[in-house]
Amino acid sequence: MSDTTHDVIILGSGPAGLTAAVYAARSNLRPLLVEGVVEGGPTGGQLTLTTDVENFPGFPEGIMGPELITNMRAQAERFGTTFVTEDVVRADLSARPFTLETASGVTLRSRALIVATGAKPRRLDVPGEDELWGSGVSACATCDGFFFRDRHVVVVGGGDSAMEEATFLTKFASKVTVIHRREEFRASAIMIDRAQRNEKVEFALNATVARVNGSGGVVSSVTLEDTVTGEQRDLACDGVFLAIGHIPNTWLFDGVLDTDEEGYLVVDDPSTRTNVEGVFACGDVMDHTYRQAVTAAGTGCRAAIDAERWLADQDD
Amino acid sequence: MAATPVTDAQWPTEVLESDVPVLIDFWAEWCGPCRMVGPIVDQIAAEQAGKLKVLKLNVDENPATARDYGIMSIPTLLVIQGGQEAKRIVGAKGKAQLDADLASFL
Repeated sequence: MSDTTHDVIILGSGPAGLTAAVYAARSNLRPLLVEGVVEGGPTGGQLTLTTDVENFPGFPEGIMGPELITNMRAQAERFGTTFVTEDVVRADLSARPFTLETASGVTLRSRALIVATGAKPRRLDVPGEDELWGSGVSACATCDGFFFRDRHVVVVGGGDSAMEEATFLTKFASKVTVIHRREEFRASAIMIDRAQRNEKVEFALNATVARVNGSGGVVSSVTLEDTVTGEQRDLACDGVFLAIGHIPNTWLFDGVLDTDEEGYLVVDDPSTRTNVEGVFACGDVMDHTYRQAVTAAGTGCRAAIDAERWLADQDD
Repeated sequence: MAATPVTDAQWPTEVLESDVPVLIDFWAEWCGPCRMVGPIVDQIAAEQAGKLKVLKLNVDENPATARDYGIMSIPTLLVIQGGQEAKRIVGAKGKAQLDADLASFL
């Protein structure tokens, strides 16, 4: 148990948390950033699962997602951010200073808290998915695409990340079938166009995955259900990559921090204040509209400034 | 002591014929979550020196072993004991979870 009470603890190591850390550190708040490991997704957040990031301003040729995160972390560290690499398993916001308990049993205390815990990939929740997870079912094309050289894989989803994964997977796979529940895509025009022009990419529209089937412990097919007719058919494939959205990582604060009907933290817009005084939220855990690296970084900046001003107003 | 790199060619002598259980970290440069697990595996190597041999295999440079063991997702950690696969841990895990998973081999 540590007796130190920090001015500000930041939960989350993606662009929101790291930008908050840069600003808080430059304001001499000596932030402690807790970078989770498992529960909320990988350390560094969703960007660590991507390849080229082409829409982050300042990088005209694009930058690799993991490199962008590594750079942000180095920048936060340069100004005096310290890091704890562990999941937080409990948070007590009922009294100040707030207390957090880590997976190894360490207690952390902070006057202000910035929640930047992000979101993790949504699962299909169909039979066969859990059993074949890591044996053909994956939520990380950049990690696992390599193992599907000259194979047929499917990508489930209709957003930008589905199009990006489909295009990326053609580097390895002989064929990529995008399975999407509707006829129209949420993805941006440029991403759809890129996927459609790729001759290895096919589309199965108005279809959902009802089941993942395996043979000998690896994926052999998916059972598709037509969303219009209800008919089912099997599509032979070797890999299933999920890109069906994300779930905000809010479970530490269940019943304590207000959420909207989709489960995202609610802030007092345009500030990043939550319903608990001294607790601020930024990034994908509070944003179900934009969900971009640059918007996450923007709200991270706002959270740090909000926290700094709030701390300055407190009597010690 | 960090995890020692191992290759396809060294696999039989370094892994299959080892007198102590061997933990192998299957990884690659382009795998974000692998970068997170790597330092934890290095830490385990340091803590369990003598009891557990800790190796890392780059699947890019050594595809044969990954294929032989049906690795389809990284990071994957294998424990090989007496030449046989004794445990498989797929996906990134924290230090506490890995310590618990490996306890029976120490």
